[in-house]
Amino acid sequence: MASTEIMTVNMGPQHPSTHGVLRLVVELDGEVIQKITPHIGYLHRGVEKLSEHRTYHQALPLTDRLDYLAPMSNNLGYVLAVEKLLGIEVPERAQTIRVILAELTRLKSHLVWIACHALDIGAMTVFIYAFREREKVMALYEKISGARMTSNYFRVGGLSSEVYDGFEKDVQEIVDTFPGHFDTYEGLLTKNTIWVQRTVGNGVISAEDAIDYGITGPALRGSGVDWDLRRDNPYSGYEKYNFQVPVGKNCDTYDRYKVRLVEMREAVKIVKQALDSLKPGPILADAPQVCYPPKEDVYNTIEGLIHHFKIASEGFPVPEGEVYQSVEAPKGELGFYLVSDGGTKPYRMRIRPPSFVNLGAIEKMAKGAMIADLVAVIGTLDIVLGEIDR
Amino acid sequence: MTNMAETNRAVIRLKEKFASSLLEIKEFRGEVTVTVKKEDVIAVCTCLRDELGYNLLTDVTAIDYYGKTPRFMVVYNLYSIPAKDRLRVKTPVEESDASIASATCLWNSANFLEREVYDLFGITFTGHPDLRRILMTDDWVGHPLRKDYPLQGPDREPYKGRLS
Repeated sequence: MASTEIMTVNMGPQHPSTHGVLRLVVELDGEVIQKITPHIGYLHRGVEKLSEHRTYHQALPLTDRLDYLAPMSNNLGYVLAVEKLLGIEVPERAQTIRVILAELTRLKSHLVWIACHALDIGAMTVFIYAFREREKVMALYEKISGARMTSNYFRVGGLSSEVYDGFEKDVQEIVDTFPGHFDTYEGLLTKNTIWVQRTVGNGVISAEDAIDYGITGPALRGSGVDWDLRRDNPYSGYEKYNFQVPVGKNCDTYDRYKVRLVEMREAVKIVKQALDSLKPGPILADAPQVCYPPKEDVYNTIEGLIHHFKIASEGFPVPEGEVYQSVEAPKGELGFYLVSDGGTKPYRMRIRPPSFVNLGAIEKMAKGAMIADLVAVIGTLDIVLGEIDR
Repeated sequence: MTNMAETNRAVIRLKEKFASSLLEIKEFRGEVTVTVKKEDVIAVCTCLRDELGYNLLTDVTAIDYYGKTPRFMVVYNLYSIPAKDRLRVKTPVEESDASIASATCLWNSANFLEREVYDLFGITFTGHPDLRRILMTDDWVGHPLRKDYPLQGPDREPYKGRLS
């Protein structure tokens, strides 16, 4: 074999398949990848630093902008962490609505994943279909919170407002129609020869290596590790719902694809169960020192106005201590580590981003593969740069 | 999650094996935090990983207690996939000697996480294979998450609130 010269290629930061502003410096021997050096930070906004200068409620909108494909999952992780620090209990109705929205968010995020992943590998049709369905969830987001992406709908202690009239009907429509759409995607991909050839045996990482690299979420389950935070360390009432945790066997891109597809079907099942169990009741905890008063009181009574003003201007004190709360976000384990010094602002807020840690394994997964396969590996890791860079 | 600090399996084992290096054992909201001496942190983590099944290093981060000594606290969040429980290991780091042994010898996930701590706090990890800045640019001066680093960035007037 003739000796070849190692070539260094710069991929990104503006590359359609890097899903944002990821730059990979790839060293190639012909077409074979020898080394990958990720360069990140193009989207660094200093969320952790900023939140140290904001009250607990003011830090909440920052979390929308982490994984901007799944804002409500980020909101959920954050409010759960603050509630844990405060030691307050959230009413059942608020918990159930949170679960419905968190699972719809998972669908929304996975729909972008399947759309872009398929598009990267050359299956363009799926993109059009998946974005059509994503629009349904976006419309629901807009109706419920006023924003299509940066929802900022949850509050410490519950929800910002009661759901709109007809919410149940809209969710029911998603529950009824989405499984049929998933069949469409499977029909387009699962037995598609090109898809199978591009994904089977691609980006293989064993269960031991995946744990060693800290991979979490569907990417870890694709390697056969049966672990899901919703089932194993339940939060927000997840213990009440029946759902399967899919696991893969061959540790490759194809298995991760199948895991995520089953996860979408299971998410619909959880939404259905949660919707059936939804009962009227309060949506905010009985904790006036933390929760905003109802708007009628703010507009019509002086006590309500003072109460609102006090919480909005100086926030609420949080007991001294530290907690780590994580949720099973669509990308993996999203954790919030909050340290309080007893004041109204977090002393330190650490966000444990799943995409950031998952990206650390990219060289392990793509080394020795062809450069075209690197695109498939980026897609299967399902990274979001807003969360990696924070 | 009712395992109190005293009955926690990891705490019992660490008390047997590393009695002299344990600085504090604390339980808050059902979470157990063990503070150990800096010299022993790798030995403690090795024991936790190999003997007690804490196989997933979820997170490495730091806290800046500016104005106190020791100034920094490096925090390891560990998780045991078989036992489904968490343990937090903390270790104090002095400002005058802001370095600690790298956990990359135990977990590859520590690679990116320690680079971030180095970048944003200026704590060096000895034995790390590739200790470079990760979020900030290579020529950046200062470590943004330190408490004495201004929110507006260096050489800027501090934010005085909205003027209108």
